[in-house]
Amino acid sequence: MSLASSTISALRQKLTSKEITPRDIVTDVANAIDAHNATLGAYLSWDVEKALAEADKADLSQPLGGIPIGIKDNINVTGEPCTCGSKMLAENYKAPYDAGAITKLRGAGAVPFGRLNMDEFAMGSSTENSALGVTRNPRDLDRIPGGSSGGSAAAVAGNLAIATLGSDTGGSIRQPAAFCGCVGIKPTYGRVSRYGLVAFASSLDQIGPITKTVEDAAILLNHLCGKDARDSTSLDTSVPDFTSGLGKDIRGLRVGLPKEYFISGIHAGVSARVNDAIKKLESLGAIPVEISLPHTELGVSTYYIIAPAEASANLARFDGVRYGHRSTDAKDLMEHYMMSREEGFGPEVKRRILLGTYVLSSGYYDAYYIKAQRARTLIRQDFEKAFENVDVIVSPTSPAPAHKFGALKEDPLAAYLEDIFTIPVNLAGLPGISIPCGTAEEGGKQLPVGLQIIGKPLDEITVLRVADAFEKA
Amino acid sequence: MPSPQIDIHHVAKLARLALTEEEAAHYQQQLTRILGHIDQLSSYTLDAEPSAHAMPVFDVVRPDQARPGFEQSEALSNAPRRAMDQFQIPKVIE
Repeated sequence: MSLASSTISALRQKLTSKEITPRDIVTDVANAIDAHNATLGAYLSWDVEKALAEADKADLSQPLGGIPIGIKDNINVTGEPCTCGSKMLAENYKAPYDAGAITKLRGAGAVPFGRLNMDEFAMGSSTENSALGVTRNPRDLDRIPGGSSGGSAAAVAGNLAIATLGSDTGGSIRQPAAFCGCVGIKPTYGRVSRYGLVAFASSLDQIGPITKTVEDAAILLNHLCGKDARDSTSLDTSVPDFTSGLGKDIRGLRVGLPKEYFISGIHAGVSARVNDAIKKLESLGAIPVEISLPHTELGVSTYYIIAPAEASANLARFDGVRYGHRSTDAKDLMEHYMMSREEGFGPEVKRRILLGTYVLSSGYYDAYYIKAQRARTLIRQDFEKAFENVDVIVSPTSPAPAHKFGALKEDPLAAYLEDIFTIPVNLAGLPGISIPCGTAEEGGKQLPVGLQIIGKPLDEITVLRVADAFEKA
Repeated sequence: MPSPQIDIHHVAKLARLALTEEEAAHYQQQLTRILGHIDQLSSYTLDAEPSAHAMPVFDVVRPDQARPGFEQSEALSNAPRRAMDQFQIPKVIE
C-alpha cells in the first residue's frame, strides 16, 4: 500500500518507529498528485518544495508530527494562494497570515500541503461552481464529487491526500464526503476558530476534517478545536479527547430516526443502504427510536435567507482596492466597484449576493431575515426536544448519490433542495458526521452512500463513537 | 411576506454589481422562483425569538491589549494598485 493511501494513525506509527520519514510521505503524496490530479482536478495548486522543507523540520514528538494535510482553498496559509475557487482571488493573492485552524495544526506538527478546489466562495454542492477547474468524483469520473469541499473529498477518496480540511456551511463537508465515500465531520458551531477562513455565512460556517477513517477524524479534531481570541464566536470550552469514545460498544444508545427525513423522493438505493445501516446499529445494541423534527420543511427556506444575507455582507469586502480583482476599465469609484465585482464573481456568487442584498434591503428585512431567524430558533428547538429522548440522530446525508456533471445546472432551486438533510444541522449549530454505508446503483455504477449521524451540541464524542462502531462492525 | 417582485437593477446597484441585460433578466427569473419557495415561511406561525446564531454566546469581550498586526508592506502586499505606500483608487473629488 502506498503511503498516500494510508491513514494518519498508521503513518504516525511508521514515523515514530523510524520506518519512514515525513519527507517520504510528502514525496509519495506529491507523486500521487502528479500522476492523478490531471484527471481528478482535486488540487488547484501545491508547493512540493515548501512542504518538503517543512516536513524535514517536523517535530515527530508532536501528535501529528510529519503528517501532510491538504487544505481547502478558502483557509489562509501564510505565503500560499487562497483563491476560494474564484477569479476574484486567483490573480495574485497570497495569504499574509495563517488561519487559526492552521496555527493549531502546525502546533501539533502537521504540514499544510496543497490547495483544494471548491465551489466559488463555498457556494454550491457540486464544485461545478469553481471558476478555476473541474473536480471529478474518484468513484465515477463522469460525476460530481459533491461540494463545496469537493476537492477535499476527492483528494482523500482518490488517495491524493492523507487527510484534508474542508468547511461546512450547509453540508459542504458531509455531502462531498458522502458522494466520494469518505468520512467528513462538521463540529459544533464554535468548536474550531473561523479566523482566516474566508467568510461565507458567519453564523453557519465551520471548519472540519475529511478523512479515510473515523479514527483519523477524531485525531484531527483533537488538534483543530479550541478558543481563539481572534474569533469571538469560538467557544471558550474545554477540548476533550475526541478519540475517547472509539472502540467502545454502543449497547443501549438511543438512535433517533426523524420521520421527516425518511420520506418519499429519496433514491431507492440510498434508502435501502440507510435502512441496512439502522439494522446494523440495532444489531450492535443501539435502540432505534422514531422522533419528529416538525420544522424540517423550513430548513432550506431559512437557510437560503440567512446564508445569502450574511454572504452579501461578507463579500462586500471584495472592493478591488485592498486585494482581489480590480477592473481596469472603470472611470470613477462607483464603476470601479461595480465592474471589479461583475468581472471577479461567478454566476452562483452573484445570484446569492443579489438574493442576500434583496432580503436585507429596506422594507424586506422583517419579512425575510427576522422571519428566518425565528425559524432558526424553531429548528434548533426541534433538535433540543428530540435530544431529550435520544443520544444521536441518523439520516441519509443526501437524498441521492452523486449526479452527473451539469444535471442541476439550470435549476438552482432543485440543487438547493438537495441539502435538505444537512442544512438543519448548521442552523442548529450541531455536530454531524457522514460515514460510508455501502453503495447504491445509478446508471450502471455503484456509487457511495453516506450515513449522517447528528449529535447534541459539543457531543462529538458520542457521534464519533457510533460512527466508529458502525465502521468497524 | 411581500410578493416577490424584485427590481433587479435596484438590488444590483445596492450590491455594487454591474449586470448585463441578459444577466439581469436571468437572475430576475431565478430569484423570483427561489423567493416563491422561500415564501412558504409565511404559512407558518413563527412564534419564537429570532436567533442570530445557534450557540448561547453573547457580548464577547477580550482584554484591551495591543497585539501585533500587519506591517504596512504586508497590508499592501495584495493590493491590485498602490502608490506612495497607499492603496490607490479612482479619483473621488474634483
